[in-house]
Amino acid sequence: MATTTMPTRSQPSSLIGGQLPRWATPTVGASAVAAAFALNLTTGLAGWFGTAIVAALVFLVIQSIWSFRVEGRRHAVDRLATTLVYSTFVAAIVPLVSVLFTVLVKGLAVMSWAFLTDSMRNVSPRAEGGGVGHAIVGTLQQVGIAAAFAVPVGILAAIYLVEYGRGRLAKVISFFVDVMTGIPSIVAGLFIFTAFVLGLGLERSGFAAALALAILMLPVIIRTTEEMLKIVPNDLREASYALGVPKFRTILKVVLPTALAGIVTGAMLSVARVAGETAPLLLTTFLTQSYNYNPLEGPQASLPLFIWDQITSGTSASVGRAWGGALVLITIVMLFYITAKLLAARFAPKG
Amino acid sequence: MSKSVELQDVDIYYGTFKAVEGVSLTVAKNAVTAFIGPSGCGKSTVLRTINRMHEVIPGAYVKGKVLLNGEDIYGTGVDPVNVRRTIGMVFQRPNPFPTMSIAENVLAGVRLAGERMSKSDAEAVVEESLRGANLWEEVKDRLDRPGSGLSGGQQQRLCIARAIAVKPDVLLMDEPCSALDPISTLAIEDLIRELVEDYTIVIVTHNMQQAGRVSDTTAFFNLAGVGQPGRLVESGTTSDIFSHPKEQATEDYISGRFG
Ligand SMILES: Nc1ncnc2c1ncn2[C@@H]1O[C@H](COP(=O)(O)OP(=O)(O)OP(=O)(O)O)[C@@H](O)[C@H]1O
Ligand SMILES: [Mg+2]
Repeated sequence: MATTTMPTRSQPSSLIGGQLPRWATPTVGASAVAAAFALNLTTGLAGWFGTAIVAALVFLVIQSIWSFRVEGRRHAVDRLATTLVYSTFVAAIVPLVSVLFTVLVKGLAVMSWAFLTDSMRNVSPRAEGGGVGHAIVGTLQQVGIAAAFAVPVGILAAIYLVEYGRGRLAKVISFFVDVMTGIPSIVAGLFIFTAFVLGLGLERSGFAAALALAILMLPVIIRTTEEMLKIVPNDLREASYALGVPKFRTILKVVLPTALAGIVTGAMLSVARVAGETAPLLLTTFLTQSYNYNPLEGPQASLPLFIWDQITSGTSASVGRAWGGALVLITIVMLFYITAKLLAARFAPKG
Repeated sequence: MSKSVELQDVDIYYGTFKAVEGVSLTVAKNAVTAFIGPSGCGKSTVLRTINRMHEVIPGAYVKGKVLLNGEDIYGTGVDPVNVRRTIGMVFQRPNPFPTMSIAENVLAGVRLAGERMSKSDAEAVVEESLRGANLWEEVKDRLDRPGSGLSGGQQQRLCIARAIAVKPDVLLMDEPCSALDPISTLAIEDLIRELVEDYTIVIVTHNMQQAGRVSDTTAFFNLAGVGQPGRLVESGTTSDIFSHPKEQATEDYISGRFG
């Protein structure tokens, strides 16, 4: 009787393969950091940045080899990829956090109630003291005026494009919105300077600056609003028409409320984006060191110009004030973001 | 008050594409008329023509006459908005307004059209419409909750409540049960039988049993061929169409030999 031996394939005896112990990752991590520090201390090579790189490399190598020996190739590659994804995330976050941290530390050093409310009137660049009050007023007014123009116009333009626009005119407008999105901010300033100051012979002012900012805000608002309107399901429009609701009321009462959360976010983000613009302000308004509550007349300060001015003065006192101004600017932008998020959550369709 | 609808030699176009040709049909009042036929033969297109929803699509237009109690709804000077208030529509997929509560959804047709209404009147309309749609008992404790939080079948009944809240004369339903489970489907069929006391109802359905159960009259649509416009093959009382149709195509379709 001939016994036929089945060709045996090497198969794992069970579903459980080799596995690194739970403590593997922290241990390898800790030893990698320790090794990197040791190298740093003994040889004095590289700064903290180099040490971090060395630690990461050591971690990668040890983990890969260990995992390959115990768990096999697939797991080793998986661990390697996971580590790379995490470390690129950290690499992206580090500069962000360190910028915020630096601004926070250096800005807080000069922060006080007086700093927030004083102007730079009669404060020499070398002297301590002075404040950003006049620049806060300018920025809020200029951005506010810009938003007052750009938000309604932008939303109406987007409504036209999505709900009414067909044919050539809509295509042309859409094309120009795309072009406007790419306009460098200084060109917006140049345009207002040419049209407003040279063309109409008007004085440079906070108002002119606001117009330049409005030009920058417009395409952002139009595009985000357009996207938000487009994702409102057509079913809802039809349901409304079928109830005998006229088109403009359908847009006003059904389409806009459904898209409102996104539209508000878009508007707020565009505000946040232009609040820090410097270039267009250089051409459209003069900096002043005093309070000016009237955007229509005379020079008006703003936070970006204030920061720029203090840095170019170059004394340690003025650079300190620049950091303070930067902190105020970031805080204002942050408040806009938070308001945008809160409003969005409030308006979001329920259920 | 329910009204009858009459289509006279209606051709329907999407731009240059002629989707439906030569439909003449009378929809009796206080009766349920079912539109049946294979996919793409133009049932939805004809249905949407009856309340001028067809025109919402860019480039779409209609030739021929559609009479509501003898009055041409495509006549000069007729406002499509008024037509749609008189002839309501329920869609295939339930589509409550996501930003509105259950009560607001029911009132949408009244409120959005800009009519003012006292609070007690509004409450009365909400209750009456929801009762009319057999939904009142299920939602009376959560009228201020979002309409999108209901089940699919409840949402569809909410949409029916919304449609009848504006007190139309005719109710058009385009496959109102195709997104629903059998229990919700039966609930809606029962509802249709109740509603027909007060309304003229036209329903599009792919479900032969459903057409048999709910309709008094059946109209069978078909395509002469690919790329050709859809036509009305025959119409008659549901029992006639189902038991001894005049046309071979109708019999083939109903007995499931094609389509
Ligand atoms: N918005 C539109 N634009 C252009 N053509 C359309 C449009 N809607 C429908 N059609 C065409 O009109 C014809 C009829 O379509 P319709 O939706 O009325 O069919 P139907 O009978 O309702 O089919 P179904 O049973 O699948 O819903 C089809 O050829 C379809 O491709
Ligand atoms: Mg259809």
